[in-house]
Amino acid sequence: MKLFPVRGGVHPDYRKERTAECAIEAMPMPARLCIPLQQHIGAPAEPLVAEGERVRKGQTLAHSQGALSAPVHAPTSGRIAAITEITAPHPSALPLLTIVLESDGLDEWADLPPPIPDPLSAPPEAIRARVAEAGIVGMGGATFPSAVKLGLGTNHKLDVLVLNGAECEPYLTCDDRVMREHADEVIDGARIMAHALGAPRIVVAIESNKPQALEAMARAASAFADTDVVGVPVQYPMGSERHLTQAVTGRETPARKLTADVGVVVHNVGTARAVHHAVRFGRPLLSRVVTVSGGAIAHAKNVDVPLGTMVSELMAFCGGLAAPVQRLVNGGPMMGQPLPTPEVPVIKGTCGILALVPSETNEHRTEPCIRCGSCVTYCPCGLVPVEMAAFIRKDDLDAAARIGVMDCVSCGSCSYVCPSHIPLVHYFNYAKGSLNAQDRDRRKQSRIKEQAQVHTERIEKQAQAKREAAAAAAAARKAQQQTETNADDRASA
Amino acid sequence: MTAHIDKSGPFTHAASSVRKTMWTVALALAPATLFDLWLFGWPAILLFAVTLGASLAIEAGCLAAQGKSLDALNDGSVVLTGWLLAMSLPPWAPWWIGVIGAVFAVCLAKHLFGGLGQNVFNPAMVGRVALLVSFPVQMTTWIAPHPLFAAGAPDLAASIGIVFGHAANLDSVSAASALGYVKTELTRGTPVFQAVQHVSGLKDMLLGLRPGSMGETSAVLVLAGGLFLMARRIISWHIPVAVLGALFAMGTLFNGIDPARYANGVFHLVSGASFLGAFFIATDYVTSPVSKRGQLVYGAGIGVLTWVIRTFAGYPEGMAFAVLLMNALTPIIDHHIRPRTFGRTRKGEPLPIKGES
Repeated sequence: MKLFPVRGGVHPDYRKERTAECAIEAMPMPARLCIPLQQHIGAPAEPLVAEGERVRKGQTLAHSQGALSAPVHAPTSGRIAAITEITAPHPSALPLLTIVLESDGLDEWADLPPPIPDPLSAPPEAIRARVAEAGIVGMGGATFPSAVKLGLGTNHKLDVLVLNGAECEPYLTCDDRVMREHADEVIDGARIMAHALGAPRIVVAIESNKPQALEAMARAASAFADTDVVGVPVQYPMGSERHLTQAVTGRETPARKLTADVGVVVHNVGTARAVHHAVRFGRPLLSRVVTVSGGAIAHAKNVDVPLGTMVSELMAFCGGLAAPVQRLVNGGPMMGQPLPTPEVPVIKGTCGILALVPSETNEHRTEPCIRCGSCVTYCPCGLVPVEMAAFIRKDDLDAAARIGVMDCVSCGSCSYVCPSHIPLVHYFNYAKGSLNAQDRDRRKQSRIKEQAQVHTERIEKQAQAKREAAAAAAAARKAQQQTETNADDRASA
Repeated sequence: MTAHIDKSGPFTHAASSVRKTMWTVALALAPATLFDLWLFGWPAILLFAVTLGASLAIEAGCLAAQGKSLDALNDGSVVLTGWLLAMSLPPWAPWWIGVIGAVFAVCLAKHLFGGLGQNVFNPAMVGRVALLVSFPVQMTTWIAPHPLFAAGAPDLAASIGIVFGHAANLDSVSAASALGYVKTELTRGTPVFQAVQHVSGLKDMLLGLRPGSMGETSAVLVLAGGLFLMARRIISWHIPVAVLGALFAMGTLFNGIDPARYANGVFHLVSGASFLGAFFIATDYVTSPVSKRGQLVYGAGIGVLTWVIRTFAGYPEGMAFAVLLMNALTPIIDHHIRPRTFGRTRKGEPLPIKGES
């Protein structure tokens, strides 16, 4: 299949060999699970259970709220110990409303919804409803509710579903293992998704540093003429939705548009497998495969982890720490987020837990920029990071926005190559956060202004009406008096 | 266990650093430098050491005066500045030329603009041009090569006399550089094509067996160093190819129009500081544009200006002036020439979607 070149990008040290050959191991069910109500982009789920209630495996604990949300389910049977706030698996370490489930060790299933018979001829809405019900979100780490993304076919003409098995982040091998060990499930899920989307073609894109995964997927897809498996170049950030779309189809997604606007939808391979489980077996999303690696981890593994397991327990399952940790990262080292503490739960978007030591992070003191231009050369988005950072340093965020900071995908290529070790992505994330906050503020202000104006107009109208009524009444009174006077006059005349 | 959070990712980093970059450039310069130090003997070695030492001392002084850490001396940038300045001097110039050049380069051109990364003009070239304008006699007294230990080459004691002594009479050994000779001959009415035949042969020009500054006299080794830098991805081909391409194109074009007035393209390439300028001076990160297309414009500008100055101006060599002039344009080039943003047109509008207008 013909592939298309993608601008920029870097070739970090992949360090996948430590876990690439480790088969997925199931984590023993922890005694306690902490299941946050917000594990996705959108509104948090709304609890359906009360403290002390007994729940069974697969039972919905909290249902989705509004159009953009996802429910959460009980990964095992047990008792709801509490609905309380715990530290979020996020750099902010903010509190997050969480259902705490104490396992009873029985792992007893609830009544699951029945499998959808012959899903490839079922109405797309039925597939979407099932995916929504199963609480499936983007498993590559973006955690966008998958049912919403599967609805893109209703208002876009789609011709390709790209299944993202690029796994371009260093260290991570969870998608690699899922593809090697469960290729048939992934392909089946992809076919169901393509049907729901109305996309006639599927392209499974895998970075060519995963030959076994390529082979397994090609074998699984060989029965289907509309499904291609391609090896894409090893070039970070190949797994970025827009860049993968460009590499596979040559189509460049316009700024501020979706890949669906150019006829392509991208889903992660883990998501496809979850869809397979939901549609074929009625099973909601209860666990996910996580790569646990990094120099400080004693035994790096790929682990199938029940959602809500504490990161500390997961690390203990992997032999604990063999060295002091410099950075604890949720996700890959390029775009993953630092974790404040291991006392946070694994959630739907947790694709990796990395405990990195200084020799891996290679952090150094920031030095002055020497304008080498590497950041410009390697930026996959065609931006000028050196200049954006200079504006942001002066807090001139509007100038940074004018030269495109909002088009930055925070892939980290610029920070990775910077010889002066300038934390460029940190600047851009700061700017994007502030600009978004400003934008929200501005919209809020204009809404308040609008409402205030409506209010003033209404008051004014009421006053006007009152004045008019008063004037009319006065006129009527005057006319009355006039008539009376006239009558008097006539009478006296 | 709590991990500290003070920045967002990435939490891995390429093995790149400012230091590594600077020392790689120094390594690339080393063969040409060693050859030239041999070619011009002890006076050149002494001048080189004085220039480098003065640059380091001035850098240390400037850092200390600003209350900055002296660690910055380690980054190699000042070594490179001093080194390139020394390469651009006549090899037997007196010591104070090196020292004054270092003051101009390090103190005035670099630190008064804000230090590493903040200077608008290439420090070494500011040093060279300031010297050339202020001390034209010392800066244009070229000597024929006197290889180390060869017959007639000055020994260490005599060399100390040349570099640190007073008014050493160099007339007996001085010679004109190729560009200077052609220019002088032209003013005397000798056609360029005749004058060119009297300068050293092409092979000697390439090897550097001819009078000139250190950096001017080892084209082949400078070229090798430049290719090494490209292989190590310290520099890209854009600036060198644009500089040399534009210089060659101008030379060839005008030579074709009037060979009696204009030297040919090959002569322009192998004479003067063409190679050193294209690979080591014009490619200075701080003072060149950051985008590849910007670098092509910048490089072509240097090539054309170098040719214009060599051909029409009072100075035989124009590389340093051309670099400084284009340095001044770098912010404008960077402002107007940017890469195209993903998903946007060159004008910055989102790409149109097919089927919609």
